[in-house]
Amino acid sequence: MDRTPVIVGTGLSDYPKAPHLDGVQHHVQAMQRALADSGLEKSEIDGYVSAGGGGLMIDDAVTMAEYLRIDHHYIDGTMTGGSSFEFHVQHLAAAIREGLCDVALITYGSDQLSRMGRKLGTGGFQRPGSRVSGPIQYEAPYGNSLVGAYAMHAARHMHEFGTTPAQLAEIAVGVREYATLNPHAIYRDPITVDDVLNSRMIADPLHKLDCCAITDGGGAVLLTTADRAKDLRQPPVYVLGAAGAETHWNVSQQPDFTTCAGTTAGPIAFERAGLAPDGIDMLMFYDSFTITCLILLESLGFVPRGEGGPFVAEGNLKRGGRLPLNTDGGGLSSSHPGMRGIFLLIEATRQLRGQAGPAQVPDCRTAMCAGSGGWLSAIGVAILGAEHP
Amino acid sequence: MGEVSTPEEWQKPLPAIDDVNREFWAAAAEGRLLIQACPHCGHRQFYPRALCTACGDPPEWLECSGRGTVHTFTIIRQMAMRPFRDELPYVVAMVELEEGPRMMGNVTDCDPDTVRIGLPVEAHFVRAADDVGVPMWRPASG
Repeated sequence: MDRTPVIVGTGLSDYPKAPHLDGVQHHVQAMQRALADSGLEKSEIDGYVSAGGGGLMIDDAVTMAEYLRIDHHYIDGTMTGGSSFEFHVQHLAAAIREGLCDVALITYGSDQLSRMGRKLGTGGFQRPGSRVSGPIQYEAPYGNSLVGAYAMHAARHMHEFGTTPAQLAEIAVGVREYATLNPHAIYRDPITVDDVLNSRMIADPLHKLDCCAITDGGGAVLLTTADRAKDLRQPPVYVLGAAGAETHWNVSQQPDFTTCAGTTAGPIAFERAGLAPDGIDMLMFYDSFTITCLILLESLGFVPRGEGGPFVAEGNLKRGGRLPLNTDGGGLSSSHPGMRGIFLLIEATRQLRGQAGPAQVPDCRTAMCAGSGGWLSAIGVAILGAEHP
Repeated sequence: MGEVSTPEEWQKPLPAIDDVNREFWAAAAEGRLLIQACPHCGHRQFYPRALCTACGDPPEWLECSGRGTVHTFTIIRQMAMRPFRDELPYVVAMVELEEGPRMMGNVTDCDPDTVRIGLPVEAHFVRAADDVGVPMWRPASG
């Protein structure tokens, strides 16, 4: 029996704005679409994963397993922020190989935009005058924002390596070009480097167009064995290697503001996949901010440390470049409901099936999904492929 | 001892005091900046914890000079939460202490646009409650 783990179904719920759905309904709709995509029956699911964290709704793994009524004998609620779903793939790949489950479902859903507005990035974390417990008490009195936490990475990277705001802007420009090809993307008008540099400064040195969108949205992914995939609807996408690592959670504990735990997770994932960075055809990176992509790119070994800026400026990550990035329009221009990591898996699957239409990367055989959770804190990496390893 | 100022009203978040953090916040209310050092392995750390993160032993307090440099920073120009939004723009920095560890803080008493990585800064303290002083930073004098 071939128990090689494969992705056989994906589903996206309505986005970028879906006021008719609450967070849990995003989970439901995405699951329904993933089942229809795969040809699997709901009753076949025996493993379930949710990171929760979708917003106001209670959508942790045990609650969602009950709501969806998944009769599982394998469950995982790992929550590492936006990278949770790459960690889930790491765990599920092992669980499926080991026979702990045969058909596993990951779901995510968030009504962030419709229910909470655009406060995520600069809304602050605590109520005025509140008493704060835990490590965040050493940050809360100072009024940092989520954008500010990433901005401190960008500032240090610029200081050490001479990276420029224009180089970071190239990332937003390239991802936006792909968004023009996605009819669902929240921002679809092409932009230039000057547009990014002339957009409002949110937290120096990050401008508004260095920052991801805030949207509604949800996703679902179904994994099973290569054996079970044989008579299903879609060509299987193989999990070649997955790994995750954490250097800190709260940003003030970041040991090095110019890199991230990709330096640990990347080599492990590449070794498992039997690949090196030059064997990857396209990138799905967590683009919460332009700097997130740059640091992921360097930490995962696609370019030497500090050389990401010039590499990006050469156009390598753009449509037609050597390593196309975020072909769905990314979090920067398509959708970011709060925890984007599941969309990395879904878009990479679309590319590896050859179903990406005008955004299709030619001859796409391998993709790397790299999620960043927290504040470049917990990095999850999944290398997917079109061919049986 | 660093300068301690007492505002009329403190509206920003305050720490919930417990056995591990009590001494740090109380010392700051008196103008003293504490980190932890491990008597077993010598490791220094901030924020205060019940263990040394290097070796796992119980750490002890170490009083700092209150001098450091800006390791990295941002200028917050958009923030919805009160009272911070009334203070825009303001600097949030990671300050590298002379003693080694880094801590987050605001750099005050200067034009935000003059703050640079490497800027020498010195601590001052705001007494936010009887048992809580909040460390702040300003460009070092002299």
